[in-house]
Amino acid sequence: MQLEEFLEASARVAGGKIALISGERRLTYAEIDRRCNRLAHSLAAAGLGRGDRVMIYLENSVEAVLAVFATLKAGAVFVMINPTTKAERFTYILNHCRAAAVVTDAAKFESVRQCLDGSSVKAVFLADAGGGRPNGHRVLSFEDVLADETLSSEPPPKRSIDIDLATLVYTSGSTGRPKGVMITHLNAIAAAHSIIGYLENTSHDVVLNVLPLSFGYGLYQVFMMFRVGGTVVLERSFTYPAAILDRIVRERATGFPMIPTISALLLQMDLTKWDFSHLRYITNAGAAMPLEHIAKLRKLMPHVKIYSMYGQTECTRVTYLPPDQIDARPGSVGRGMPNQEHYIVDDSGNRVGPGVVGELVVRGAHVMKGYWEMPQATDKALRPGPLPGERVLHTGDLFKSDEEGYLYFVARKDDIIKTRGEKVSPREVEDVLYALPGVAQAAVIGVPDKILGSAVKAVIVPRGGAQLTEREVLRHCAAHLDDYMVPKFVEFRDEMPTTASGKVAKLALSEQARECV
Amino acid sequence: MKDILRQFINDNFLFGLQGRTFSDDDSLLEKRIIDSTGVLELIAFLDATFSVKVQDDELLPENLDSINRLVHYIEKKSKAAA
Repeated sequence: MQLEEFLEASARVAGGKIALISGERRLTYAEIDRRCNRLAHSLAAAGLGRGDRVMIYLENSVEAVLAVFATLKAGAVFVMINPTTKAERFTYILNHCRAAAVVTDAAKFESVRQCLDGSSVKAVFLADAGGGRPNGHRVLSFEDVLADETLSSEPPPKRSIDIDLATLVYTSGSTGRPKGVMITHLNAIAAAHSIIGYLENTSHDVVLNVLPLSFGYGLYQVFMMFRVGGTVVLERSFTYPAAILDRIVRERATGFPMIPTISALLLQMDLTKWDFSHLRYITNAGAAMPLEHIAKLRKLMPHVKIYSMYGQTECTRVTYLPPDQIDARPGSVGRGMPNQEHYIVDDSGNRVGPGVVGELVVRGAHVMKGYWEMPQATDKALRPGPLPGERVLHTGDLFKSDEEGYLYFVARKDDIIKTRGEKVSPREVEDVLYALPGVAQAAVIGVPDKILGSAVKAVIVPRGGAQLTEREVLRHCAAHLDDYMVPKFVEFRDEMPTTASGKVAKLALSEQARECV
Repeated sequence: MKDILRQFINDNFLFGLQGRTFSDDDSLLEKRIIDSTGVLELIAFLDATFSVKVQDDELLPENLDSINRLVHYIEKKSKAAA
């Protein structure tokens, strides 16, 4: 089975059902399937071959979903890019995966147009450009393609098999450069089936998703609903909470995926103004939800099941806490999801028992194939497993388990910062800071934050005589980094604390920052 | 009032970035000028500067998502309070 068959099967059995709601638009499974077929033919006509990469650089929208399934139908590999990504990171990913096509909108196209010169890109598809416009060389508009009667709306012949790549998911790594997590059709299908299993999703579910589709947790909401023939309501963000809550009520949403930033914002509001009687479950992932949030949500919505979950891009999801365990083990991220094995190992790779902290290792069909063209990083994450030739995922996350096998997150092994549920590599932010004239030394750390989980903080030692302001630093960062990576706090110092070996003493910086909070 | 709002948005969300211009009607969300934590800062600013207390069910794009909408909202709230 291939991932696009989630859509195709639902289009066959429930073609007239509303699959996707975005803004004022409501599309059925059959409508989406036909459009994706035509777009897939157009991708092939533009010269896209099996396994070629298609970058999708769009806000949460109908077009983003069409682009995903059209790419899969064309036998190609989609690469979702965060819509706030700036030209540098975009160019890095474009060249790293040697993208053959880009799907974006007119405004974003302007901002990355120059990156495409001399690149591997054969065609650019504009999702919002309207029809009949002279779009220039290699540039097509969705509207023109969808109106093109010479392109078939029947599915193109299958070109890939289930162990081929479905997507590359770029994620921040401790070395600074984003890594492309290779997810096959089989990986994604295995993960989706396991999650559907424990969430007990059915075709009656309506999931309201505000998380970006560039974030695996957001993207899988679409996969899961399309698999069961449910409905996804796509929103761009949680920026205006009352509008989202109104939407949850109006669409009678049954599922609402959250990150702790959302629960922090929600719990500042008087939620009794909204009727959540149809809501069946809330999920939390990205970062641990504070116990206080869980307790308050449970009190406000006693009928709603709350699932604490943990995962990482490299295998999508690892654990979930069954809602009936939340009182007994509120601090736990739960047990392994169905069809997965995991264990905790010490530094020598030996399995450890309950109560002992070690690295979590995950085994299952959902584990990635590796990092795109990064063999060393791949060998570090994927190491020999129990079966000959098998490789299992070393998560880089430290855990301990209780006697019944429920897992408790302890810390990450590297210095990655989790903010708003997304990973930020301090190194990536520091590299951008060092490009700012006047910065002699820069160190980036995470500091506790009630809303963000961790907030990104930049500590800077200016060059002698340089007059740097916080505003200049933030402006520079906002021009070069994805929005969630831009520091919340900037501190200037005369000198940086160092360790005995001369490295920046980040631990000392973090401890000082904590004392200030 | 427009100038005060524009100054606040420029200073706090755009940090004076060149090339990030927006009209009085542009959606702050669609232009990626504001996000969830930005809205919290905006609410605190409306309270401090215009004594406007944003109610939970008023956290809507209709009220807050452009300079013109903000002006209209602030005027409506101020009248109601007067």
